[in-house]
Amino acid sequence: MGQSRDGADPVSLYSDHGIVLRTYKLGEADRIVVLLTRDHGKVRAVAKGVRKTRSKFGSRLEPCSHIAVQLYSGRGELDIVTQVESIDHFRPIREDLDRLRRAVTLLEAVDQVAQDREPSPRLYQMLLGALRTLAAQNPPLVVAGFFWKLLALEGFAPVLDQCASCGSSGPLVAFDLDHGGVLCASCRRGGPISADALDLLRLILGGKLGQALEEPEGLAATELEGIATRALEATLERRLRSAGLLDA
Amino acid sequence: MNSVYTQPVQDLIDELGRLPGIGPKSAQRIAFHLLKVPEQDAVRLAHAITEAKRRVQFCETCFNISESSQCELCADDRRDVSMICVVEEPKDIVAVEKTQEYRGRYHVLQGAINPIEGIGPDQLRVRELLERIRDEAVKEIILCTNPNIEGEATAMYLARLLSPVGVTVTRIASGLPVGGDLEYADELTLGRALEGRRAVEAG
Repeated sequence: MGQSRDGADPVSLYSDHGIVLRTYKLGEADRIVVLLTRDHGKVRAVAKGVRKTRSKFGSRLEPCSHIAVQLYSGRGELDIVTQVESIDHFRPIREDLDRLRRAVTLLEAVDQVAQDREPSPRLYQMLLGALRTLAAQNPPLVVAGFFWKLLALEGFAPVLDQCASCGSSGPLVAFDLDHGGVLCASCRRGGPISADALDLLRLILGGKLGQALEEPEGLAATELEGIATRALEATLERRLRSAGLLDA
Repeated sequence: MNSVYTQPVQDLIDELGRLPGIGPKSAQRIAFHLLKVPEQDAVRLAHAITEAKRRVQFCETCFNISESSQCELCADDRRDVSMICVVEEPKDIVAVEKTQEYRGRYHVLQGAINPIEGIGPDQLRVRELLERIRDEAVKEIILCTNPNIEGEATAMYLARLLSPVGVTVTRIASGLPVGGDLEYADELTLGRALEGRRAVEAG
């Protein structure tokens, strides 16, 4: 390995930091791991023998792990994982079903949004930050906050201070993605949004995410997560399968 | 593109290609091998497949694969009925049986919770497990799912579900494989091995 072929691509081994988004079983004992890397965007790579109990990779390539990884870029679409070191395995997330549910929802959303081999340092930092927050304190608004930030990153910034249709500043009671924001009672379309949830949304998108994350569990938080999930699903034009699956 | 093979050969290659781990090239190689072997060998293979499909069903109690409505393990009176070892797949029973350390009953979930694939508890044999705990004299449930993220999620879900039922719920330990080197152990496994250390009895 490592020798240059045809001189076309002399550097075929590269190192990067990444977060494991998901894994697929491959053949007898291998897995395909999907990584969001810091410098190379979303990368798919084969991890040989990870499913054997004596694998040198062990648990490091499980979804949600933050790793330093060395990859070999072959001719095909899939790279090959050659070495892995763990940076953080977010143990509190793995050992709590509620945190795990939230983490998996984030990973699925990022997997849908991230582009293959298209570096997005911002997305990488956002996901890492969200996972660290989740491991440290598990705030109720972490998924909603992340989804709205993700939508903002994708270029969607909803109108929140006035009716997106008629511009009136009267009571804003509905949220509609097609109109790009909140709507007043006479223009109402889409789904309803409560005043509390709207306040939270203003905090999240107004650069006060930290403050929003300190909000206690409540109806508004659940409501906002629902609206965020639907908005993200509409933007991605597909369902997020992990959303709501493990709600007890 | 039109097939270059005659239709029966193409059909055989297509069918073989649907098997797990068999790509188009392997399918072609196996197909030509089958065409070359004596007819009785090929018939024996076909017979083995149809017989397995016809005679094998799921055990009504534990959902292991079985030749009758009760699998051999459930029908065996000598096995301890107070323990149920919960596994993901029938092949996991084989792995546990090989240890010769366990003499209780089993329950096969037929999968694991996998949120990204959209597989939740409803698609697994969870309800049947609850019914068994209610009907049988079960004292201990051993959660023997894989130590990966899906298996751990399943174990955590079951632990939460079973906590009000009043049975002892245990989870298999994580540790180092016998014969392995410490320096290659990953941090999570080694951490759990340390956590689950036990006092060494002298002599």
